[in-house]
Amino acid sequence: MSRAVAALVVLLAAGLAAALGLAMLDLPEPAVRLPARVAAKLGDSGVDHPVTAVLLNFRAYDTLLEVAVLLLALVGVLALARPHAARAAAPAHPLLQTLARLVAPLMVLVAGYLLWIGAHAPGGAFQAGAVLAAAGVLLRLAGLLPAWAQPGLLLRGGLALGLLVFVAVAVAVLGQGSLLQYPPAAAGGLILLIEAGLTLSIGLTLAGLYLAGTEVEP
Amino acid sequence: MTAALAFDLLLVAALVWSAARALTVADVFRGVVLFIVFGLLMALAWARLGAPDIALAEAAIGAGLTGALLLDAVGHLRAKREPGP
Repeated sequence: MSRAVAALVVLLAAGLAAALGLAMLDLPEPAVRLPARVAAKLGDSGVDHPVTAVLLNFRAYDTLLEVAVLLLALVGVLALARPHAARAAAPAHPLLQTLARLVAPLMVLVAGYLLWIGAHAPGGAFQAGAVLAAAGVLLRLAGLLPAWAQPGLLLRGGLALGLLVFVAVAVAVLGQGSLLQYPPAAAGGLILLIEAGLTLSIGLTLAGLYLAGTEVEP
Repeated sequence: MTAALAFDLLLVAALVWSAARALTVADVFRGVVLFIVFGLLMALAWARLGAPDIALAEAAIGAGLTGALLLDAVGHLRAKREPGP
């Protein structure tokens, strides 16, 4: 009986995969050639890399809301985590501790590089923030960083900084006519400012998802 | 058949294999490790498709941070199942 059900599920899944593949092959030509339009307007965006231009300029509204969603997710995790006394992490193997001490500063350096290079090449705030968060998780695993008991005012400020900077810039350029339409001369600087705030906040938020949820030591 | 095509075919096979194994393996810990392997292979696939931005994010978030969270969850599950000393 269960064997027959499993065979049926496999058959249905294979059928769905085949139908999806056929649908992909049958897609019509897109009416608007977006890559060409992005390339045409790249000069006004303030950055040289098309992905960053779309994320932080042409479609900045999407990114603004994404950052808000990320922050909300962490607020949910913090609300679910039971309050507990701050506890020093269990001491890890000395080799792991030494490695973490050596690697963490390099990871911060890589995050700064990814943030800066995002204007010209693959990189940007999300990738830089992810590297920062990975450094935080590594330090936590090595027992060098305590879990978050109750995030203090400074930590909360850091979590909200990226979104606040983003909203502040959005409000500041609202006089131009439409939302998040930067003046072309200042676009590069504004994007770097937003991305710097975002890198810190995304790094703290992603690390917080791990650091806030791991309070119960076995 | 060029070397690039052979590499791509190998990559696709490894992706499908690791995805299937991650879902079907009985041991949860093995499943998580296979999921991390899948994430790293996926990052390679994005790089091959010419999307280094997504490859970076996939490697850091999809494989790294999600993997750490899942491993932590496995640890909690095991600690709950076998009460510690």
